[in-house]
Amino acid sequence: MTDPARARFRERLAQWMFIVPAATYLLLFFGYPIVKNIVMSLQQYTTTTFYTGAAPFVGLENYSKILASDLFPRALLTTVLFTAGSICGQFVLGLAFALFFQRRFPLGGVLRSLLLLPWLLPLVVSGTTWRWMLDPDTGVVNAALRGLRLSSSGVPWLTGTSQALVSVILVNIWVGIPFNTAILYGGLQDIPTHLYEAAKLDGAGPLASFRHVTWPLLRPVVSVVLVLGAIYTVKVLDIILVVTGGGPAGATQTIATQAYELSFRQSEFGRGAAMSNVLVVVSLAFAIVYLRANRRARNL
Amino acid sequence: MRSNGMCLFGAFRPHPLKSDHLRDTHPGHRQPLGKGTSMTSPARPPTRRTAALLTGIIALVLATTGCGGGTGAGSATGKVTSITVLDYYTDEPEHTQWGEMLTACGKTAGVRVEQTSVPGASLIPKVLQQASSRTLPDLLMLDNADLQQIAQTGALTPLDQYGIDSGGFAKGILSAGTYEGKVYGLAPYVSTVALFYNKDMLAEAGVAVPRNWEELKAAAARLTRPGRYGMAVDANATFEGAWQFLPFLWSNGGDEKKLDTPKAAQALQLWVDLVKSGSMSKSVLNWTQADVHDQFAAGRTAMMVNGPWRIPALDKDKNLHWGVAPIPVPRTGQTPVTPLGGEVWTVPQNPSKARQKKAAQVLACLNNSSNMLTLAKQHFTVPSRTEVAAQYAEQTPSMSAFVKSVKAARARTSELGVRWPKAATGIYTAIQSALTGEQSPQEALRRAQRIVARD
Repeated sequence: MTDPARARFRERLAQWMFIVPAATYLLLFFGYPIVKNIVMSLQQYTTTTFYTGAAPFVGLENYSKILASDLFPRALLTTVLFTAGSICGQFVLGLAFALFFQRRFPLGGVLRSLLLLPWLLPLVVSGTTWRWMLDPDTGVVNAALRGLRLSSSGVPWLTGTSQALVSVILVNIWVGIPFNTAILYGGLQDIPTHLYEAAKLDGAGPLASFRHVTWPLLRPVVSVVLVLGAIYTVKVLDIILVVTGGGPAGATQTIATQAYELSFRQSEFGRGAAMSNVLVVVSLAFAIVYLRANRRARNL
Repeated sequence: MRSNGMCLFGAFRPHPLKSDHLRDTHPGHRQPLGKGTSMTSPARPPTRRTAALLTGIIALVLATTGCGGGTGAGSATGKVTSITVLDYYTDEPEHTQWGEMLTACGKTAGVRVEQTSVPGASLIPKVLQQASSRTLPDLLMLDNADLQQIAQTGALTPLDQYGIDSGGFAKGILSAGTYEGKVYGLAPYVSTVALFYNKDMLAEAGVAVPRNWEELKAAAARLTRPGRYGMAVDANATFEGAWQFLPFLWSNGGDEKKLDTPKAAQALQLWVDLVKSGSMSKSVLNWTQADVHDQFAAGRTAMMVNGPWRIPALDKDKNLHWGVAPIPVPRTGQTPVTPLGGEVWTVPQNPSKARQKKAAQVLACLNNSSNMLTLAKQHFTVPSRTEVAAQYAEQTPSMSAFVKSVKAARARTSELGVRWPKAATGIYTAIQSALTGEQSPQEALRRAQRIVARD
């Protein structure tokens, strides 16, 4: 080998060496679980499998069973409602807060950092607190409603089949506001102030300058926030498990909680894996949208 | 999606002997192995450096995932000085009382006992994980309804090989501890559910302790006040909810093998009526047995269905005057049939025969007549040996109601065996649909039967 060739080889090797740690990490902690999950979803994986390791191959039976089950369409609808409801609420309120905090006023910075609090609390803690507050008999929410004479009997937040879904959506909106506010606030800071000054000179009011300056320039950030929010929301498990446990009567059972239920309560690990793969595919679709939105944002 | 790591799924399954060897090493000794090989001098050629780095990474990964590690000390060949125990007695004073009993029994077997307690709901996932990574404890406690399912996996050992005597045990609990003709688990005591009532509230409302369903409905209605309900049960969408419904189902002649019967529908209708009339909070849909207890202790319900293991906590409140009675039956004069509660102790598979032997000795000690009596007294439960139970009823007359009802109690797995979890899922699904008003009891039970029947 000639010297330049050797030097080139060493350089290539060095490049590879930089990739190895990340690649190893990805393969071990992302590649392996995903492959294992796919294999598992094609097997009859039961409690016995854990000890003996024997899991007969059953092809697509697990998928056909979960897709044909009468619980699946309902869980899918609940997932869609939960995701759409949460995203709308989080985004609208998050944007409102971001616009509000863009103005300068005393204690603005302190209040903005306080807004991050829901994000910092462990979800099990905030979920349990919400569960207490929403308790139909003794919760503070119903006590307030009764006190204000808005409702005589109180709202069955956790015990009514349609109200329970609203409750978990409300809690999830509360959890998601900080994320939306933080990202959108960052996006707002990037909009040059002279554009607003120019708009003002042209006689634009606050509404017109939002429509023609803020919104178009914020759009790339908005699409990123929405897509990331969708990915986070579609797989939410902890909030639902803590607040309603998927109940009452399965009214708040989403695809994610269904997968958990199948694997860890009913020990149908093969079907649970199949269900979570359905979820992975849904998230993947959103991820592709995200990557494209991200590229558009960078090209701007 | 799945965060259980590699060990759970058996990717890295160390050789049993190797794992025992690793047990002896202090966890700290493993890390330098990884570090040492990766910190090579810069003068070395790149290829060797890559190899060293890779070795380092792999060693580090294996060390951090902790696949080889187990708990407890002692090796396969050396003398066994301690054994590990896993149970779900996390609540006090239960945890301490069991800890003391285990320590005492360990002493007679000449070993130190390392007790680990996990919450009830995480016990089975934990056991499965340990079964996969071959790190099961030396002595394992299981709810009697789970025993057959775990025995089916092959992770447990039959107790006859240790010469443990299973004679004299009541039939119900022995059948729950038996899988395919072999005894795998023994329980020192058994329990069941009963009706707890607040004496002051009943006296104030002028209500007698209800004995049948009609009386129960009437009493619950009369005991209901603003801020207080007459009755409380656990109608949670878990196995616990199914367990609380069984006395009503069974006492009415219902059967978990066939749920879409009028008898089962009548039992479910009773719960629906109690909720509809406002005598029972709709929140029962979310309550666990512990929540039901808290409602009762806080005076927010006058009666509840619960187990005797709550008695120590109830006794703590001096202002709470409570009584206990058998679960009301459909018509006066019938015998209530209640589900049999109680935890069985098992000896899991283990490469070290010496450790198994020690664990079996501790298991036998827990189940001997005198310890059985002590434990039953501590936990307000009933000793599993018929003779000891009779002696116990004489000594503690307050428990005679439980001694009697335990005699008629049925194990949840007695009819369906390893298929019981399916029936339980069907039952709690039906309870939830009926109590929310989504389906009538008949419709809900028809759906439950489909769940029981599907594979």
